Amino acid sequence: MRVGAWQALLLVMHRELRLSFRRPDQLLQPLVFFLIVTTLFPLGLSVQLTLLREMAPGVLWVAALLSSLLSLDALFKSDADDGTLEQLALSGHGLTVIVVAKTLSHWLVSGAALVLVSPLVGTALAIPTGAFGVMMASLAIGTLTLSWLGAIGAGLTVGLKRGNVLLSLIVLPLAMPLLIFGAGATDRAIGGTSAAGALYLLGALCILTCTLAPFAATAALKITLE
Amino acid sequence: MNTAVDGLCVEKVHVWRGDRHVLKGVSLDLHPGELMHVSGPNGTGKTTLLRVVSGLLRPEQGSVSWRGQSIVTVREDFQVALAYASHEPALKSDLTALENLRFTVGLRRRVTVQELRAGLERTGVGACADLPARVLSAGQRRRVAMARVLAFQAPFWLLDEPYTNLDAAGADLLSRLLEEHVRGGGLALVVAHQDLDLATPTRQLRLQG
Repeated sequence: MRVGAWQALLLVMHRELRLSFRRPDQLLQPLVFFLIVTTLFPLGLSVQLTLLREMAPGVLWVAALLSSLLSLDALFKSDADDGTLEQLALSGHGLTVIVVAKTLSHWLVSGAALVLVSPLVGTALAIPTGAFGVMMASLAIGTLTLSWLGAIGAGLTVGLKRGNVLLSLIVLPLAMPLLIFGAGATDRAIGGTSAAGALYLLGALCILTCTLAPFAATAALKITLE
Repeated sequence: MNTAVDGLCVEKVHVWRGDRHVLKGVSLDLHPGELMHVSGPNGTGKTTLLRVVSGLLRPEQGSVSWRGQSIVTVREDFQVALAYASHEPALKSDLTALENLRFTVGLRRRVTVQELRAGLERTGVGACADLPARVLSAGQRRRVAMARVLAFQAPFWLLDEPYTNLDAAGADLLSRLLEEHVRGGGLALVVAHQDLDLATPTRQLRLQG
C-alpha cells in the first residue's frame, strides 16, 4: 500500500527531529550562540537602560538571524554527504515533500527554540514584558521565513565543500526586509505603539516564501544532485 | 520505439560531464526475470549509467523508459518500483539500523517493525538492529543496505557495487538473493567489478572508455 504525501511529510519530519535530538550539541549550539551574543551587548555597552532598550530590537534580530544561519548549512548537506538524500529523492514522493519536511523541522529546532528562549534574552536587554508578545510573534514569523530562504541557499550550496560563507552571502541580503520589519515591530511594541503594520508585512513575506521557496529550493537541490 | 514494454528500456543515452563525454550512446533493455551485469574499467560511466536509469541524472540525449513510458512522466510509479542501492550504504550514522530502514522503507509502503527486523535477520545483521549505524562495520552496513533493498519489495533492483566490503558468506547470500529475485520475475541491473557467480542466466554489458 502506497504512502500518502502527508504521511511521508510527517515521517521525514520525525526522522529529522530524531536526528537532531541524537546530536544535542548541534541542537544547542545555535541557541547558546544566540544567548551569548545577546548577553555580550549589555556587558559591552554602558549600563543605561534607555540606550539598551533602543538597541535591543536590532541586537535581538541580528543575533537571531546569525544563529539561524549557523545550522542552515547542514540542512541538506549531511544527507547529501552520506547518500541518504538520494534515497529520499527516490522515495516515490516529489522532492518538494522532502524539502518542506526538512525545512519545517529545521525551523522547529532552530527558530521555534529561539522564540522560546527569547523572553530570557528580552529581559537581559531590558525589553519591557508588555512587548514580549510582539517580540515572540515577530521572531516566530521571521525565523520561519528565514528557514525558507535558507532552504534555497542550502539547496544551491549543498555540493560545495565550504559552502557556509556563500550560504550567508546568498541568504543575508534576502533577509534584510525581515530584519527591518522584525526589529521595527519589536521597536514599536517597546515604544507602546501598534506593531500591527510591521507584523502584517512580516506575515506577507512569510506567506510569500512559504509558497514559493519550496519549489525554488527543490529546483536548486535538483541541480546540485545531478 | 519501446521494445521492452514490460520492463526497462534505455535508448541511446549520452551524458557529458563538463568536457568529458561519459556515456556515448548506451542502449539496453531489460525484461522481467532478467539480470544484467554492467562491468568495465574505472571511469567508464557505470555509476553514471545507474544514476541515469534511476532518474537522478537526466541524460543530455536519449531516454529511459519503464513499462513503455518515459521515467520522467511516470516518475513516482517508477520510483516505487525501484530499489536503488548506491555504492555507499546510505545510512544515517546517528540512527539505528532499524530506524534507518524504517525512515526509508516507510516512505514507500506501510511496513511493520517486525517485518524490518525479520529482513535484517535474513541478511545476517539481526543482532545489530538496535545499534547506531556509526558502530557497524563496513560489511554490516552493506548488509543493512541489502535488507533495505529487500524491504522495498520493488520489482527492479539497481545495485552499484553491492559486493563491496562483503565477506564470502555475505557475497554468497547476496548472490542467492539476486537469483531468488530474478526467478520471481524481478529485474536487476548490477554494477560489479568481479564476475557474478549466479545460477541464473546473466546478461553482460561492458562499458568501454
